[in-house]
Amino acid sequence: MAVAAKEAAPAAPPRPRVQRRGHGLARHVKLYWQLWAMVAPAVAFVAVFAYIPMYGIQLAFREFDFASGLTGGEWVGLKYFQQFFDSPQFWTLMRNTIAISLATLVVGFIAPIVLALIVNQIAHAGNKRFMQTATYLPHFISIVVVVGMLHVFLSPSSGLLTQFLELFGISGVNLLGDTRTFVPVYVISDVWQHCGWNSIIYLAALSRVDPQLYEAAKIDGANRLQLIRHVDLPALTPTMIILLILNMGNVLNTGFEKVFLMQNTLNLPVSEVISTYVYKIGILNNQFSYSTAIGLFNTLINFTFLVVANQIAKRVSNTSLW
Amino acid sequence: MSRLNMPVRKRKAGDVAFSIALAVVCFLILFAVVYPVYFVAIASISDPSKVATGQVWLIPQGVNLFGYEQILSDGRIWTGYRNTLLYSVVGTALNLCVTLPAAYALSRREFRPRRPLMLFFAFTMFFNGGLIPTYLLYRDLNLLDNWLVFILPSAVNVYNLIITRAFFEYSLSEELFEAAMIDGLSYFQYFLKVALPLSKAIISVIGLYYLVYHWNDFFTGLVFIRDYSLQPLQIVLRDILISNQAFAGGSGGAGGSGTSYAQQYADQIKYGVIIVSTLPVIALYPFLQRYFEKGVMIGSVKG
Repeated sequence: MAVAAKEAAPAAPPRPRVQRRGHGLARHVKLYWQLWAMVAPAVAFVAVFAYIPMYGIQLAFREFDFASGLTGGEWVGLKYFQQFFDSPQFWTLMRNTIAISLATLVVGFIAPIVLALIVNQIAHAGNKRFMQTATYLPHFISIVVVVGMLHVFLSPSSGLLTQFLELFGISGVNLLGDTRTFVPVYVISDVWQHCGWNSIIYLAALSRVDPQLYEAAKIDGANRLQLIRHVDLPALTPTMIILLILNMGNVLNTGFEKVFLMQNTLNLPVSEVISTYVYKIGILNNQFSYSTAIGLFNTLINFTFLVVANQIAKRVSNTSLW
Repeated sequence: MSRLNMPVRKRKAGDVAFSIALAVVCFLILFAVVYPVYFVAIASISDPSKVATGQVWLIPQGVNLFGYEQILSDGRIWTGYRNTLLYSVVGTALNLCVTLPAAYALSRREFRPRRPLMLFFAFTMFFNGGLIPTYLLYRDLNLLDNWLVFILPSAVNVYNLIITRAFFEYSLSEELFEAAMIDGLSYFQYFLKVALPLSKAIISVIGLYYLVYHWNDFFTGLVFIRDYSLQPLQIVLRDILISNQAFAGGSGGAGGSGTSYAQQYADQIKYGVIIVSTLPVIALYPFLQRYFEKGVMIGSVKG
């Protein structure tokens, strides 16, 4: 009915461009109710599934009470934060979380840039295409399968890599069950999975470089390495900064799923991170208020890192997320 | 001409060295990426004792389909497959129905609330309530042990919303919109009859993003589902690949006598499971990968 009424009045088509201001809400609704209707479901889903949990953050400052659920019971202030800071787990969790995320941040940031610079050097279009297609592929393999592959390749009894190492006289290694090798295995498999995919954005930036720049540099006598250093790399800087800021916001967001799947009793001293700890004491042990407080602590640190990184980038290079 | 010849020839020698180095590096990268996947494929059809002793590395040895027979006769895999297929198809359909219209509305420049609305959406990318409040909310909404938990909470992905909005904003011309308005089309009609038919590229891109997300979703099943008959493929995979749960055929990881023999067969099953679960993605991949890539490009237009 409403649509029909709209159709019946084509004499006054909605020409938003020439709308006069000051006609208030009624006019806005008349012109834009359809756009509101289109955006409403998305707003509703995000309001319910993202903002209501944010409202539930107050649980971190309250005693959990089964009857009142999300909003919690008695106000206890910073009690649970204090409990976390005082707990013997605190420094272990912080150290593990920072070690894993920092290693992933640094290596995971540099590897795609290097890969893009290499792939960009391939002159033959078909080879380049093939190289790109092949390196993106692991991105779409699920984390469970990637960790499953680690298990079969690194198995101390029959794993392919274990057998390979035995050729060099290194025997009896259990790379997944060793506190020294956990972080390297985590980071290298992460690079294996996502490096190709993350290089797309850099390759796109490289394809937009003005060919005249290369010509000019060649006339100045630059060789191919110098072309990479003085033409390609500067062209990537803006993209690098944006991605670095975005990654900074995830400094403590070690991927829960992968760490959780790679955990075992042998590597637990280095593989227990904040997110897996929150899952264990919250979901498995029902200490709701305590784990909410730890989760909030994690989120706040991430948010602070993001804002600070963005401010620095704004000052230094006029690049900003917002 | 002759004066330019010398430095060019010198440069050529350097270029040849560079090209060789480049080819070697590219080959090593390609090998590192592709070989693990290739090895899993050949190991899944090879005699497991030959795999365990390192005789299989380039071509399958002692070809047999024991692993696949075991997998096909295991009920859990089928249940997991069916569940994941259902969640992926229904989930992606809802994703598109919610994301596309919202992105279109947010792309209209004359729609003034779009700025605060974008802020409303984008804020959730950087800040969230955390696991426990989310869990308690789902409990209150009766979403625990309910298949809708795979569908409803992930209805909108803000990143996908943003790239779709960018596509509508930059790819659909304003003249087209003006012309349609003069013809008396409403926003609804314009969206359905003009915008959507011109947006097959972005529909494919975000449709595939959502589909892959649902296919690979492990977290939801882990945290919010206890009822095993509702578990998606990824949870079943975890139990077989990582937790070493015994297989229907009796050749699980936890063997009594002849453990290493049982272990070898368990490994063959694992290789097969990896292939079976990843096959849909890998088989579709060559046809779809240009769409995935397009998504990254559109996303990079606005940082």
